Amino acid sequence: MSVFGFTAGRTWSGVSQKIIQPSLKTTKDRYCVSNVVNLHRRGNNRLSTHTTNATRLFSSQTHNPKVPRVATWEAVPEDQLPQPAQIPADLVDKLERLALVDFRTKQGLDCLEKAIRFADQLHVVDTSGVKPMDSVLEDRALYLREDAVQEGDCAEELLQLSQNTVEEYFVAPPGNIPLPKREERTAMLKHSEF
Amino acid sequence: MLSLTLREVSLALREGRISPTELCRKCLNRIKKTQHLNAYITVTEELALKQAQEAETRLLQGAPKGPLDGIPFAVKDNFCTENIKTTCSSKMLKDYTPPYNATVVQKLLDQGAVLMGKTNMDEFAMGSGSTDGAFGPVRNPWSYAASYIEQTGATPDSDWVITGGSSGGSAAAVASLTSYLALGSDTGGSTRNPAALCGVVALKPTYGLLSRHGLIPLVNSMDVPGIMTRSVSDAAIILGILQGLDTRDSTTVPAPSSPTELPQDFDIKNVRIGIPKEYHAPGLSEETLAQWSHVADMFEKAGAHVEQVSLPHTQHSIVCYHVLCHAEVASNMARFDGLEYGHRSKVDSSTESMYASTRHEGFNDVVRGRILSGNYFLLQQNYEHYFVKAQKVRRLIAEDFKHVFSSGIDVLLTPSTLTDAARYTDFSQEDNRTRSAQEDVFTQPVNMAGLPAVSVPTALSRRGLPIGLQLIGPAFQDRKLLSVAQWIEQRVGFPSIADFGDSSESRIEAGVTQREQTSAV
Repeated sequence: MSVFGFTAGRTWSGVSQKIIQPSLKTTKDRYCVSNVVNLHRRGNNRLSTHTTNATRLFSSQTHNPKVPRVATWEAVPEDQLPQPAQIPADLVDKLERLALVDFRTKQGLDCLEKAIRFADQLHVVDTSGVKPMDSVLEDRALYLREDAVQEGDCAEELLQLSQNTVEEYFVAPPGNIPLPKREERTAMLKHSEF
Repeated sequence: MLSLTLREVSLALREGRISPTELCRKCLNRIKKTQHLNAYITVTEELALKQAQEAETRLLQGAPKGPLDGIPFAVKDNFCTENIKTTCSSKMLKDYTPPYNATVVQKLLDQGAVLMGKTNMDEFAMGSGSTDGAFGPVRNPWSYAASYIEQTGATPDSDWVITGGSSGGSAAAVASLTSYLALGSDTGGSTRNPAALCGVVALKPTYGLLSRHGLIPLVNSMDVPGIMTRSVSDAAIILGILQGLDTRDSTTVPAPSSPTELPQDFDIKNVRIGIPKEYHAPGLSEETLAQWSHVADMFEKAGAHVEQVSLPHTQHSIVCYHVLCHAEVASNMARFDGLEYGHRSKVDSSTESMYASTRHEGFNDVVRGRILSGNYFLLQQNYEHYFVKAQKVRRLIAEDFKHVFSSGIDVLLTPSTLTDAARYTDFSQEDNRTRSAQEDVFTQPVNMAGLPAVSVPTALSRRGLPIGLQLIGPAFQDRKLLSVAQWIEQRVGFPSIADFGDSSESRIEAGVTQREQTSAV
């Protein structure tokens, strides 16, 4: 199975098919469209000079040959992708420590696996000799101001946004203590719902 | 009066046909009557009335500040507003009140525009439906329009359709006639997508033209403030006011010297319109395709050169976007630790425990998921394989556009979204990542390349819901892009929602969560 096939399949079953009824030229359609035109002419004078005929939109069967009639995306076959990534338990732990957010449930982990699988499609693109791009403004010199204080004196204002301060300091709980082990962590977070 | 464009209402104010305070009250009333849309997180009623009073004084003295003096506007809740809550639709910032205004907000206030409130969105702008925020989903105003109800036999309360996102509240505010313009943010399509689904105009300006100072960042190298209005010429007015160098954002550049006012009779003859063949993605609806073809016909008949072009890396763009977005999210979200601002957990056994529980409590599943996968892509052993690889693919995507524009193409014409708006009950069947991968296919490539793009509503679908098309131009050609967009707008005659009865106005709350109308200081 291909990855794009998968996405497209979902789109069809999720949205498009239910929405788009391929019934052209029903009485209802005509009613709606002429209704639009009439209302438009009544209520919207500023546009009417240019308006041609909105009914054509739906009754027209002709298709401009420059607009592709069918989807042009190529499916990415599964065998062109690398092996699906494994997320061992110690990597889960590492990510939670680095990110300082938790996966919460098995679903969280599934979500990561899907995100990685989606990203794997990058590897079908040949990027040999291509330089990575950080910024679209890479081709110009950007404005740099003088290295001098231009504004400030707002420590009071900023400290007020914090929930715990002493004099001009932000107060943190004791530092240099690693996060507890996974089980304890889960227990800790369970007790801290908002 | 409420359904006028910004330009029209500006004239009405100047000619004394309506006063700023009257207009402000009308909009506030309309906000109350359309509360079920959940478009606003905060309504700044008191402040709006005060600002309107000041505008009134200036207008009476014959000294308005400019075309925006006295005009109601709305701002997405991820732009900082001084002394007004800025939540990003997250528990993390539920009670955050910034001490300063974002540059783009300040520029509108300096023109005398009247702030009505802060609009609803997906949490931290991560989403394409405006369904994943801490304050509940936004409803598309067209769900209550006679066009949709009569065509589909829908019951709006159960069959309402989404606004798209993430700037769904801003799109709903402009579409439901409670504000004449709204600011959104656009990282991968977040202003163009909801604008297309709500039938309003959205401009995603060239990266660097508008300041990001005070916009709470998602992906720094792609974020731009977006402009939502009811007409293309309104968007041009706002672009003129907002663009330009900001010493507080080192990624801004000086604005082009040409005026932003659009020519009323733009000559489309000999303009070269490109149809990128890769923009027929799987899942594109028949009706959107027909619109795309129809507008291409219109161009041809009017003497423009329409040709098919190729942007070969398009289908990889959404994958590339996914990796770069998650990586930058992982880095940007690191600032939310409970110490300096925002939510702070009661857990205080250690600094790390406090950080972890604050973030556990403050972020929703979508945000946490993106932080985790971003961290995965940035792990030492994955950095080259995913992050740098994505940056290389990004260059290929940017170069695709460069080639097409250097071959003489002036603008590209594409769909904005795959389909018209989905029912909420259908949309919520899939997770946020899957939806974003579907919904952003046509919009995020320009963010990769920093190019300007505009979504213009062109017709109603058979379900009576808006369909929009997108135009893409070369960097800093925003004005030309808007001129072409206006040419389309003048000819398609897209109807106003006001033409389809006011069922949303007369509707009384029915089991919809009421939120407290906050009045800001």
